[in-house]
Order: sequence, then C-alpha cells, then structure tokens
Amino acid sequence: MLVAPSLGYLVLSPMLIVFAGAVLGVLVEAFMGKTHRAAVQFTISVGVLLLSLQQLWRIRDISSTTAAVDSVTIDKAGIFLQATVVLLALIAVFLIADQDNFVAQASAVPGSNEEAIALQQKNQQTEIFPLFLFAVAGMMLFPVATDLITLFVALEVFSLPLYLLAGLSRRKRLLSQEAALKYFLLGAYASAFFLFGAAFLYGYAGTISIRGISAAAGSANDVLLLIGIVFVSVGLLFKISAVPFHSWTPDVYQGAPTPITAFMAACTKVAAFGAILRIFYVGFAEAQTLWRPIITVIAILTMVVGSIVAIAQRDVKRMLAYSSIAHAGFLLSGVVALNKDGLAASLFYLVAYGLTTLAAFGIIGLVRDSTGEVTDLNRWIGLGKKSPLIGSIFAFLLLSFAGIPLTSGFIGKFSIFSAAYQSGNIAIVVAGVLSSAIAAFFYVRVIIMIFFTDPVNDSVSVIIPSVKSKISISVATVSSIVIGIAPSFLLTAANNFANFIK
Amino acid sequence: MNLLTLVGALPLVGAALIYLIPTKDSELVKKFALLVTSLVAIAAIFLAVGFDKSITSFQYAQSYSWIPTFNINFALGIDGISLVLILLSTILVPIVILATWNESEGGRWSVKTFYVLILILETMMVGVFAASDLFLFYVFFEAMLIPVYFLIGGYGTGNRSAAAVKFLLYSLFGGLLMLASVIGLYVIAGNQIGATFDLTQLATLEIDNQTENFLFLGFFIAFAIKAPLWPFHTWLPDAAKSATPGTSVLLLGVLDKVGTYGMIRFCLALFPDASKTFTPLIITLSVISIIYGAFMAIGQKDIKGLIAFTSISHFGFITMGIFAMTSQGMSGANLYMVNHGFSTAALFLVAGWMMSRRNSSTISDFGGLQRVTPVMAWSFFIAGMSGLALPGLSSFVSEFLVLVGTYTRYPVAAIIGTLGIVLAALYILIPIQKTLHGPITEGNENMKDLNLREKISIAPVIAIIVVMGFYPKPVLDLINPTSAKVVVDAGYSDPIAEVNK
Repeated sequence: MLVAPSLGYLVLSPMLIVFAGAVLGVLVEAFMGKTHRAAVQFTISVGVLLLSLQQLWRIRDISSTTAAVDSVTIDKAGIFLQATVVLLALIAVFLIADQDNFVAQASAVPGSNEEAIALQQKNQQTEIFPLFLFAVAGMMLFPVATDLITLFVALEVFSLPLYLLAGLSRRKRLLSQEAALKYFLLGAYASAFFLFGAAFLYGYAGTISIRGISAAAGSANDVLLLIGIVFVSVGLLFKISAVPFHSWTPDVYQGAPTPITAFMAACTKVAAFGAILRIFYVGFAEAQTLWRPIITVIAILTMVVGSIVAIAQRDVKRMLAYSSIAHAGFLLSGVVALNKDGLAASLFYLVAYGLTTLAAFGIIGLVRDSTGEVTDLNRWIGLGKKSPLIGSIFAFLLLSFAGIPLTSGFIGKFSIFSAAYQSGNIAIVVAGVLSSAIAAFFYVRVIIMIFFTDPVNDSVSVIIPSVKSKISISVATVSSIVIGIAPSFLLTAANNFANFIK
Repeated sequence: MNLLTLVGALPLVGAALIYLIPTKDSELVKKFALLVTSLVAIAAIFLAVGFDKSITSFQYAQSYSWIPTFNINFALGIDGISLVLILLSTILVPIVILATWNESEGGRWSVKTFYVLILILETMMVGVFAASDLFLFYVFFEAMLIPVYFLIGGYGTGNRSAAAVKFLLYSLFGGLLMLASVIGLYVIAGNQIGATFDLTQLATLEIDNQTENFLFLGFFIAFAIKAPLWPFHTWLPDAAKSATPGTSVLLLGVLDKVGTYGMIRFCLALFPDASKTFTPLIITLSVISIIYGAFMAIGQKDIKGLIAFTSISHFGFITMGIFAMTSQGMSGANLYMVNHGFSTAALFLVAGWMMSRRNSSTISDFGGLQRVTPVMAWSFFIAGMSGLALPGLSSFVSEFLVLVGTYTRYPVAAIIGTLGIVLAALYILIPIQKTLHGPITEGNENMKDLNLREKISIAPVIAIIVVMGFYPKPVLDLINPTSAKVVVDAGYSDPIAEVNK
C-alpha cells in the first residue's frame, strides 16, 4: 500500500509560490481580455517573486533533507542559490516586460499576414510571463534537488520554457526560431546524456539519491561510477556552456530576444552551477580522484577557448556569449577547488556575474536603428558620443567582466582563484589569469569602439528606455558597482551560506 | 583626519567638485584643478615636514578594515622611499597642469573630463605609494591604468587609441601575472600565519625556493613592464609619442616609478631569496636596457621617441642600482627615481611647447631656436644636461651613486653601464645641436618664446634640478635610512662599507 509522503510545505513554499503563480498566469492568459492582461501578468510575476523572496528570508535558518521525502534538500547554500535566482529573475522581469521585443503571436508564420494583423490589432499575447515563471521555478528546484530523477525533472522544467522563449523574438524571427530549434535539439541530446549517466549511477549505487551515491562510492567497480559521472556531467556542462559543449551558446544568445538572453545568461548559470556544485560537492566528493582531472581540463579549456574565440566576434551578443563561456570556465575552477572557500567564492561570483550580465544585456536592448536592435559591433562605433551615459555604463560593465580592480568581477575572480590555489590547483589559476589577459583584449576593444572612434553617419541610436527597463538596468548596475567597492556584505553572506548538507 | 589620507583624498574630492562647474566654463575648471593640486602639493610638503627621518618603519600609518572576509585592510603608511615619490607626484601634477594649460582642448571629450581624470589619477598615484596592504596596492596599481588609458586615448595625438590599448594590455597582462602571485602569497600566508595582506607580516613567511621563484617572477614581470625594462619596454615609445606632453610627464615621471618602487617594496622585501637567484639576470637586463635605450635614442627622429628611449636607458640604471644590493646603489636608485621624474618633466614640457609651436615633433624641423626663443632654448638645454647627468645637475648625483654602488659588487656591469653615460652625451648633445643651434630653419623664424605662464611653470622644475644637483642632502636624508634597511632586510651587507653617500 502506498503511504502518502509528508511534505515540508514551509521550506518548499518559495518554489510552490512561483509554480502557483505560473499556473495562475496560464489561466489569466486563457481567460482574460487583452486590455489589461499584460499589466496583470506583470503584476503576478513581480508579486510572486517578491512573495517567494520573502518566504526565502523566513526560512533562511531552516534546513531539511526530508522536505519532499529524500528528493529535495533545503540547506544554507540551497537557499542562497534560490534567492539569487529569484533576485536576478526579479530584475530580469522588468526587462522582459518590454513587450515590443516579443512576437505578437508566436503561432503566426514569420512574415505572414496573420503576423502583421496581430501586430496591427495589438493582439499581443503574454504567454512569456507564465513561461518565465515556470522557468524560474525549475531553476529554483534544480540547485536543491538531491536525487537524479528530481534533478532531471527540474532540468526539463526550466529548459522547456527557455527553448520556447528563445524563439519568440519579434524581429529577426527566423534567426530566433533557428536559435530555439538548435537550443532544443542540443538540449535534448544533453538531457539524454544526463539520463544515460543517471542510469549508470543507479546501476552502480543502487539508489538515485546523490547522498546514496556518495555513500556507495568506492564500494564497487569504479568504471560504472566513472561512466555515470561523465555522462551526468555532460548534461550539466551543456547547461553552463562549458567547452566542448558550448556550441549552442552564441547562436542562442544572438537569436533569442535580448531580455530572454539576459535572463537566461544570468539565471541559468546560477541554477546550473548550483546543481553542479551540489552534485560534485555532495554526491561525487568521495570519488574526486576520478573526476577532478577531467573537470580541471574542461575548466581550463573553457576559459581559454571562450576567451580566444571571443576575440573574433563581430556581434556584441555573440561576444558576450563567448565571454559567458569564459566565465563558466572561471566558475568551474570553484567547483574543482572542492573546499568551503570554493563554494563561497562560487556563490559570490554567481551573484556578481548575474547582475553585470543583466545590466549588459539590458543596455544592448537599447541600441537600435529603425529595424530593431543593432548588435553588429561595427555599428556601435562612436556610441559614447551619441550617449555618454550609456556608453560609460557599458564600459564599466565590460571592465567588470574583465575583472579590473574596484569592480565586482575582480573580487569574484580573486576569491575564486584563491580558493582554487588553496586546493593546490595552481595550473587552473595560471590558466585563469592568462585567459583573463586574453579576455581583457576584446572587452577593451569594445571600449575603443564606443569611445575612441568617431561615429560614422549611421542611423543607430540609443533609445530612451522605458521606465521598467530603466529600473532594471539601474538596479543591476548600481548593485554591481556597490558590490565592487564594498563587497564585504555579500562576501560575508556567501561565506555564511556556503554549506551543503551532506 | 590623518594628513596622509588628506593628501590622497583631496584630489578625489576635487574631481567630484569639478562636476559642479558648468562644462562650458573651462577656464574655471582649469583654475580649480590647479588650486586643488597645489593644495595637495602643499599638504604633501607638510607631510615631509612632519616626517621623522630616523624611523624606518611606516609612518602616518593607519588601517581600516575593508573586506574582512579576506582580511583586507585599507592600510596606509609611508617610509622615506614612498614619501619622496609622493612628493614627486604631488609636486609634478600642478606643474603639469599649469604648463600644459591648453592641452586638454581639442581632445575627444570635454576639458572637464580631462581634469577629472587627472585628479582621479593623482589620488591613485598617492594611494599606490602609500598602500601598506598588498591587496590595496594591487587595486591602485591596476585601477590607475584606466584613467591613463582614457587620457592617452581621448586626448593624445596620432595613433592614440592603438597606443592606449597597447599600454593597457601590456600593463593588464603584467598585472594579471602579479594577481596570480598575490593569490599565491595570500594562500601561503593563510596556511602559515593566517590570511593577511599586511606587508610586514608577509615578509616573515617561509616559502620554499621553487614557489618563491615563481611568485617573484609574477611580481617582477609586472614591474618590469611598468618600469619598463628591456625586453618589456615596447609599449612605452608608442604611448609616449601618442600621449599629450603632460600625460607623458605623469606616465614616465611617476607611473613608471611604480614599477621600480614595486621592485624595492615587494620583490626585495617579500622574496629576498628569489631576488638573490635572479639578480644576475636582472643586472644583465638592466645593462642591456641602458645600452639599448641609449642607442635607440641616438637613432630617434622624433623628440617624444627620443625622450622615451632615454627613459628606458635611465630605468636600466635605476633597476641596476636596486639589484646591486648595496646601500649606495639603493639610495642612488631611489634618488634617481626622483631626479628622473623632474628632468623628464622638464624635457617633456619644453619639448611639448616646442612641438605645439612648430606643429611638428620631428627633430630636423627645428633649428636655431637659441636665437629665436632663448628662454625656451635654455630651458631645454638645462633639462637635456640633467638628462645626460652633467655634474652639478641633479641626475649626476644619483647616477654616480648607482654606479659606485654597483661597482662594489658587479664591476663589469658598472663599467658597461658607464658606457651609457658616454652614449647619453651623444643622444642629448646631437638633438640639442640640431634644434637649438645652427641656422634658423624655415618655419621657425617667428616662433614665440615662453610666455609668463610657461616660465612660471618650468621655473620650479629647473630650480629643483639645479638645487638637487648641488645639495641633494635633504632628499638623501629621507632616502638613506630606508634604503639601508631594504638592503639589510634582503640579507645583504655592503661589500665596501666605507663609501660615502
């Protein structure tokens, strides 16, 4: 006979609230007229995220391994990661709320009459909001999931809405749909790899719980364990776009509507790294001799390839995509460090990187000509003259990506590399600083284009952002600046919350 | 408030206040910037007055917790070496502002932005010499690149953006290597005495030889790029050619000193054993720099390029003096840093006036200036003579000390280095003969001599060059105790103790 499992509603509430909001959003989409729908959807999203955040604050000192039988573990690091996802999503939703980035009717064939009519009659559908909330909920579940099935479910819950969202760009729709398809197909492969690995791990340990796998490590033939770890890692490394599983990143970043790129770049990274950190720190820590060399090599490859290939990019979104690959490499060195400092540093880095990324993509969304966003770097020439403020903010964000002192990127880099050094992994530190030097080149090159080159006579201009975008960009920028100059608050928090229940 | 903090913070406050001045009122912006930097210079002189020469530990020391997680403190403190460099920086800035009054016009951005950048840079220059926390030093060391980058790229001439990028990338590359070493040092400290960035505590670490060598190299390469030492020098001529004369003065006169200062403060103090291991190599590089810089300078057709290469030669002397590990060499090197700062300032400023009047920087375009513009010609002559270390002018004392100090330990290096002095006569006297003497070449007939503002700004520099040549004692008094301590702390004693300084 089946016994109904007991659920810890209190600690699950932050996720449940977001899920409920998503379901509500679907209903609103179905039954509400178009006049106020967008406003209502936006309010629901913001309200739900705020509620969830408040709930997270309430449970900040609680930890539980049995909240959903054995499949979810709420602990310090889990709460920090969830809060990070929610906070970044909260900033991102203000960018997403700028409806004119999205296609009016996703089902309309690009270039067809229906599309034109939908636009004309302002039949803007607002399914992006519930999709967005589902993705956020999945991202909150991912870093706290502690068995392989829940991990897989969470992975799919946040990936599927993202595949859809990536294809919803109003302009350059074919490019957007191509990106979505590519993302979906490669993502499906990665999911298959993940499942394949999960099966091996189950075969090895006789359990799907990652704590169980940790306990079983060393008890039987390591080959099964190694195969399992490798295939599960492939699935996870795909999500963080580590080399050699990165090829989707530039296309998707470029094709997706810019607010979605912002959301994806910031929040997926947090969720996926959260899960990776948990799996490697909790599940595979006992088997570290098996995977550490592999992940070290991947980390080094990721930083170096990301930094070098970024130099050749002529499109600002593609360039930031490669920069995000390089940053994934830096973050992986926090995984390889496998110590408390590494975890704390990764948590800090994720927040700092997420904020900077949101602000950067927010600004990219403002640079337009009559046909929409202009992402060709050659047409960004002289932007600093057209709009000194936006130019300076973007330059600052690039310096933060590059890790110049007095920016949040620098503190992140310093803490993550010192954790890696502490663990004795000096090769990764040297590779890290060298690829940072390479990366500096292409960030600086963009600054030259913006400031040191005279504008050509071009229709490109910086549009005046809507109030919502303004809020989003300024909150992200200001937090990024503050974290750079006075990082101790966030560092202390990351340190206090750097704890997985094993 | 601590006087040292005041000196450091005042320019930053000034930069913030400049924002309140309307952009159009550029004269007021300039006057305000001059006022602020003059006040800073006066405050810095008071700093020197209140400085106790007999104490070799950090004075005006203060420390506030900045990032407690890593035990990073906002810790400042100065000894004799840092004091004279702070004096050099703070005195040069108002002189540069006055001397290059109109330089900021015609740049890519407004006059206001120019002075904001200069003032931010001044804060960082003071900070980099005053930091007694390694992390804080690193922050200033790297962050000061950004204002310079914009100063070269936004207000320079010629291929300015390429030069700015080259400068930034070289420096960032060195800085990132240094970051790896900083991290290494931090972790080793964490394992031995608890995480700290405090310089005095870091100096007590026991590091195994191999690690120490690598950490040393991380620091040394960063400083050698900055200084710049052959073969890390290639960014300097481009940057100096493209920057405005005023920026060049700050770049060569002050910023490059951060490299040699770092060698003393960090390479020697933190890694004495590794310093010993690498000394032969570094002395060799220094000698190559001296000779190479001199030969390249002789071949220059461009005045700015000429000054840049003479600086490479002079930085060879400074590095040689530092790594000779004698108290004379060390004092000489420190004094040389100050003297080079002023003599380069004089050269660049006068050269800048010549160039803006003639609208050319090619040496052969000038000729016979002595007759047309006597004051400018005499100023250039004195600056040049100081550059070749004519006895009686400031550089002579320091060059002599460096050579004496080096000779007692590395006679061959000192003898080859002396050749640099002979070459210096060539690379200074030939251009002087071409530009100042001989027939008045076409285009120079109506050149205007220095105006009052220019005379006022160059006078203190020339005065310092002359006075320091005859009476270097006040500065040497500040430098000597600390220099001697650096040598002793690095585990050396003078081979011949009785050489007078």
